[in-house]
Amino acid sequence: MRQTSLVFVLLALVCLPFADLSIHAADPWLELQRLGIGLLSPDFPGWTSVRDALFSTLAFALQGVALGVALGFLLSLGYASVVIRLIASFLRSIHELFWALLLLQVLGLSPLTGILALALPYGGTFAKIYGELYEESDKRPREALGIGGGTLSGFFYTVLPLTLKPMAQYTAYRLECGIRSSAVLGFIGLPTLGYHLETAVRQGDYATGAFFFYTLVVLVATMRFWLRPVLIPVYLGLAVYYLPPIAQPDGALLTQFLTHDIVPAPLRGGGELMPWLAALWQGQMLPGLQNTVVLAVLAFAATALITLFSFPFSSPLFGSPRTRTVARALMVLLRSAPEYLLAFLGLMVWGPSMVPGILALSLHNGAIIGTLVSRYTRTMTLREDAVEGLNRYLYEVLPRIYRQFLAYSLYRFEIILRETAILGVLGIPTLGFFIDSAFSEMRYDRALVLLLVTAFLNIGVDTLARRVRLHLHLRNQPETL
Amino acid sequence: MSAALFTLDQLALAYGDHRVSQPLTLQIDAGEKVAIIGRSGVGKTTLLRTLRQQHADRVAWCPQQPGLVPPLSVFHNVFMGRLSCFPGWFNVLNLLYPLKRMREEIQALLSPLSLSNSLMTPVEQLSGGQQSRVNLARALYQGRQVFIGDEPVASVDEVMAKNLLREICQRHETVIVALHDVELAMQFCHRIVGLQDGKIALDAPTHTLDAGQLIRLYQDA
Repeated sequence: MRQTSLVFVLLALVCLPFADLSIHAADPWLELQRLGIGLLSPDFPGWTSVRDALFSTLAFALQGVALGVALGFLLSLGYASVVIRLIASFLRSIHELFWALLLLQVLGLSPLTGILALALPYGGTFAKIYGELYEESDKRPREALGIGGGTLSGFFYTVLPLTLKPMAQYTAYRLECGIRSSAVLGFIGLPTLGYHLETAVRQGDYATGAFFFYTLVVLVATMRFWLRPVLIPVYLGLAVYYLPPIAQPDGALLTQFLTHDIVPAPLRGGGELMPWLAALWQGQMLPGLQNTVVLAVLAFAATALITLFSFPFSSPLFGSPRTRTVARALMVLLRSAPEYLLAFLGLMVWGPSMVPGILALSLHNGAIIGTLVSRYTRTMTLREDAVEGLNRYLYEVLPRIYRQFLAYSLYRFEIILRETAILGVLGIPTLGFFIDSAFSEMRYDRALVLLLVTAFLNIGVDTLARRVRLHLHLRNQPETL
Repeated sequence: MSAALFTLDQLALAYGDHRVSQPLTLQIDAGEKVAIIGRSGVGKTTLLRTLRQQHADRVAWCPQQPGLVPPLSVFHNVFMGRLSCFPGWFNVLNLLYPLKRMREEIQALLSPLSLSNSLMTPVEQLSGGQQSRVNLARALYQGRQVFIGDEPVASVDEVMAKNLLREICQRHETVIVALHDVELAMQFCHRIVGLQDGKIALDAPTHTLDAGQLIRLYQDA
């Protein structure tokens, strides 16, 4: 485990010289000050826009996740098959924002675009998690049936009852993520919280932006109070009523998109495919890949540092009740805010470099892992003559949490990588930057190739992280918060 | 002559909110070697814990539940006994790269405990018996004047138990140990305190007692 940590430290050091850590803003401190003042004095923008933003964020999230659950459940039934696994893996390897950009071209700026953009990648994730839960469930009831677990009634009577609870837990956690994702979809034009926030902040109105920001934080942080299993059908019904999942796809446009637009340009015009691909590789894929990996590795290292620094402040083994309250409030704030949104605020202050990206990714993910680790320390009982302070941290706590910490971090690495690619949409030159540019230049053929590269990178890192976890005998299941 | 080191004056022992004894009066002077005996659940552990708290910084503490840090090596778990004697940077250094001097110091301590081959072995890979010896090594390493142990030699054979108790008594001016082995208690301690039904049923110098009197403590009243 020490070696693995050392490898990551070395990797981060190797990546450091390749990172663009410059600050482009003319006067970052002034901008930071304005942001700070805005955050401290949120300005209420009026009921209509708050209600609209809130309702559509929830409506997209609820419908998207619900459809994702349905899709994921169907796929999970066949999760033993390699083909289904590949489909699920591909669906989740493309970020919801990229799905949205893609669907936008064929379905326009419609409710269905946002709902499908959430449902497709979430469905891929649900398929994986549900499928793995089935595999790990107790086999004895299935064998006792005598008809084999493969049959549908065998599945419903033996496997599903055993796994329903963890499935529900994970699904509830994903709804929290869905609300965050739904807010972020506002950045491409859907009328969710992100849209209102972006509009306000781009106009320099940090105070109004702050109000939407806090609305999102409160919405996510209070989920366990308003999300009751019995109320879900009611919420879902209201969501469908408020935002009917429809779109008016233009048949001709769709045909043109599928048969013409996404076909690589040289194939359409009768040119050579290889030079086209080579140019794309040189000019966009390679720099995009490099920046994506560099940013992800640095953000991962920063996440680890922030986690190790922050978790003691919210752990009952350290500090006073007052420091714990402050630390917990701060961590709730940071983990409720999506990294994309934090990065957006950072970019407003520091300009487009890797600095806001690293900060956003590491603060958000550090707060999540820090919460999980400090929750784990609650189960620890120390000797009565245990040391205090730094010595306690180093000798009693760190060695005991390190396995958990690594398991959580490695799982988060995959998420960080997915998010890193997407931060390109904001202007950091990761793969997402080139994908976004290709979409806005309407070079869909390029966009598609770049999207596939991003998907393969995600799948590759997914597999790698899984290998490392197995190698270290770490738990292979994702955490739920 | 010798001053009272530990004093209980009509104090009822409690574990959390749970009262485990009637009001007890007990005095232990510096230099005494005292064995606490009695049936399990009679409150020996709580008594030892209460005594320790009176001079927490002078007591080498050896609880029955070792509370070791499983992923750390034997070296580190023993070294932990004296963390507060060293500066923070030194402890960080020893966590990452144990210094040779410290290794040798602790290695020397491990030989009489039959742990000499396990210096750098993570404690989670040791058996329960080995772990409780690491726990004892940690208490010995503290080098304090007073030793308070809860069944410190319960997990070793008779010969080693005698060697270890001898070691404990040589290294500490004052020793208070809970023991279930009456014979060991009589051999190494000058004074025996017997607990029964939440009371001190017996408190006398060893030479005035015989084994039969002690065995009675383990029978129903």
